[in-house]
Amino acid sequence: MKTYEKIIEKLILICAVTATISVALITLFIFKSGLPVLADYGVFNFIFGTTWSPTNGSYGIFPLIAGTLSVTLGALVIGIPTGIACAVFLAEILPKRWAKAFKSAIELLAGIPSVVYGFFGLVVLVPAIRNFVLPIYKIFHPDASATGFSILAGAVILAIMILPTIVSISENSIAAVPREYKEASLALGANKMETIVRILIPAAKSGILSSIILGMGRAIGETMAVLLITGNMAKVPNGILDPVATLTGTIAMEMGYASPTHQQALFAVGIILFIIIMLLNIFAQLSMRGMGGSTR
Amino acid sequence: MKQQKELKNIKNTKNVIFYGLIGVLAAVTLASLIIIIGYILVNGMTHINFEFLTQDPKRMGKEGGIFSVIIGTLMVTSVGILIATPIGIAAAIYFTEYSKGGKGVYLIRFFTEILAGIPSIIFGLFGFAFFVIFMGMGWSVLSGGLTLAIMVLPTLIRATEESLKTVPMSYREGSLSLGATKWQTIVRVILPCCRPGILTGLILGIGRAIGETAAVMLTVGGSLRLPTSVFDSTRTMAVHLYVLAAEGLSMEKTYATAALLIFIVLLINTSANLISNKLGGNNGNEI
Amino acid sequence: METKFEIEKLNLYYGTFQALKEIDMSIYGNKITALIGPSGCGKSTFLRTLNRMNDLIQGVKIDGLIKFDNQDIYGKDYDLIELRKKVGMVFQKPNPFPKTIYENIVYGPKIHGEKNKSTLDHIVERTLKEVALWEEVKDRLHKPALGLSGGQQQRLCIARCLAVEPEVILMDEPTSALDPVATSKIEGLLEELAVKYTIVIVTHNMQQAGRVSDYTSFFLNGKVIETDKTEVIFSNPANKKTEDYITGRFG
Repeated sequence: MKTYEKIIEKLILICAVTATISVALITLFIFKSGLPVLADYGVFNFIFGTTWSPTNGSYGIFPLIAGTLSVTLGALVIGIPTGIACAVFLAEILPKRWAKAFKSAIELLAGIPSVVYGFFGLVVLVPAIRNFVLPIYKIFHPDASATGFSILAGAVILAIMILPTIVSISENSIAAVPREYKEASLALGANKMETIVRILIPAAKSGILSSIILGMGRAIGETMAVLLITGNMAKVPNGILDPVATLTGTIAMEMGYASPTHQQALFAVGIILFIIIMLLNIFAQLSMRGMGGSTR
Repeated sequence: MKQQKELKNIKNTKNVIFYGLIGVLAAVTLASLIIIIGYILVNGMTHINFEFLTQDPKRMGKEGGIFSVIIGTLMVTSVGILIATPIGIAAAIYFTEYSKGGKGVYLIRFFTEILAGIPSIIFGLFGFAFFVIFMGMGWSVLSGGLTLAIMVLPTLIRATEESLKTVPMSYREGSLSLGATKWQTIVRVILPCCRPGILTGLILGIGRAIGETAAVMLTVGGSLRLPTSVFDSTRTMAVHLYVLAAEGLSMEKTYATAALLIFIVLLINTSANLISNKLGGNNGNEI
Repeated sequence: METKFEIEKLNLYYGTFQALKEIDMSIYGNKITALIGPSGCGKSTFLRTLNRMNDLIQGVKIDGLIKFDNQDIYGKDYDLIELRKKVGMVFQKPNPFPKTIYENIVYGPKIHGEKNKSTLDHIVERTLKEVALWEEVKDRLHKPALGLSGGQQQRLCIARCLAVEPEVILMDEPTSALDPVATSKIEGLLEELAVKYTIVIVTHNMQQAGRVSDYTSFFLNGKVIETDKTEVIFSNPANKKTEDYITGRFG
């Protein structure tokens, strides 16, 4: 009986470390496959080179980084205020019964596959930008032309996609602010708005911050949605209606037909992406821990 | 007196703007959900019919149905979930029932969280380099299933763990005091209490697996033929949707595929919600 | 008189906090021993050392000797499962499993390998009769145990404990979560159970200790102040502190 229990405990331990081993294997294989190109081409040239033309042997991913950053920034500009507003609405304004329904609706958003978001962007958002946003844009820049495949399209779709992350974590951390703080503020004659802005949001700021970091990680890592709507042009963009190619989109699109060296270059893009995401995640993890787990 | 009144007016205006803004943003969020789902369902549902569901794709998906794609989706998802479920449940059991804290456990937990944050395209690259090439499995149901298994592992672990934590300590004590071993206690008392929680995690994992595209695309390939074994390449609905949308082969089929995909995923997520609301709340009061 | 437990110089630490100090005690067979004392005095902790339930708590360290039937239960080769089979436990709050009444009782016998249906049926009837619950539940054996009242649940837990045929039953304030009627039913049971079993009961209720027990041990700040026959403790305690507690001067 004793040995039987011991064996089971060992087996369970193996299962528990499976995730850790996976992370190790993922790291190992991404790096193993991508490092040769990084070494040959030079890390500096790779990151700051402005021409991505793998068929001609140019592996400068600066345009891809610029593409990813611009789409992500755009998503954050739209997503952060909206997300925090929704979180406040859920935690402080909406009655409990309705809040539950609203929350499930937001959870549904999180469940929609990214390729569906991409398809929606392709058939609704891209034409809308071409037909409605471009004419307005033209008032200020008369010779502008755009297809609608753009940073703006990517940013809007990504903003919707990262909302669930921002809303749920922010809402939890706002709800976790001790009642006494709120009561003390109200007792001093502050109204509800002042209490929310000056007490609740500042008290929940580390939770809100981690939600933003996680949302940012999700935006940077998102592939299928941006692939279908940002136009995939590996050029450093000039305006929000310009098409861009992202790190993720480029990997997904070119992997299918890439030659061996080209594949290695795509793995090298993966390395850069992996490092960015890892740093963000570790940062988010640590800042969550810093909150003492109160917002989990 | 006048000054006070003015201050009050300013406060009122500020209030209106503040609540107005929050209300508008929340409404926009809700609207975007309704519009996205509604638009795709309305445009796609009309093209879903018996033929679409039961015939194989013809001319690269331009005509015919998506039968082989549905089968491919089922196979890849099943392989992924079947592999991930026992490992995920066991890992959660380790964290809640066996681990005694300490640096090692902290690290294992940390990496499990990290795994949850890795984007799907990286999983795709890894699956391609490891399962497809290194292990020699080629583009296949198995490669894709294994990749998905790793992807959904954190979801399963988290759901099971949350559920295990709600089982009262007194059940464990009661069982152990009767001379049950730890494992007997887990299998006969604790896990039965967690069925709804584990089921919720499982369903969420299935939802994620079905909707996954990037990772599957790089590991399963894109064959439209009906897969006959786990070593065959196939195509899942999500990948099929991407290919149709990117190549503009047939708007009708694209909408139909998108609608079917979103319908299945919504069905799955709603049932997960229902289970966790109905049974998860009083975890352990009923078996 | 047979000695069931022999405790010598028992110390127990939660991390750096010492919860039990130099406990010496004997627990006699087929008697009811009550452990009394103010809350936090270590009486529950002590009770849980007797079937090693403290093993579940992290950072617990024990030294000293506890002999059960003359064997050191903390000894290397001692079979923990056997110990818990022989030394059953009833907890402060009734803790039936979320299973049927029947399943609760056969849980113990089943894990110890009993598969025969009629034997199990027999065990269910016997133990439920022993705790005077049979008449109340015989028509709904396959209904959820959590549907029972608190007092019935606690008697079910005692029956569940009896089903593995223990020699000793440890009871950790078994009536503190119950109403007076349920309490008196359980107290009435104790006397009958003592014919077959050895009972150690922790209680914060001195009247209860006085009513039901043969021996009483008074705990204070992790030490045993005094152990004696119950009537001696309550009428003529040797120690001033015991007298203060009995007469309600503190705690």
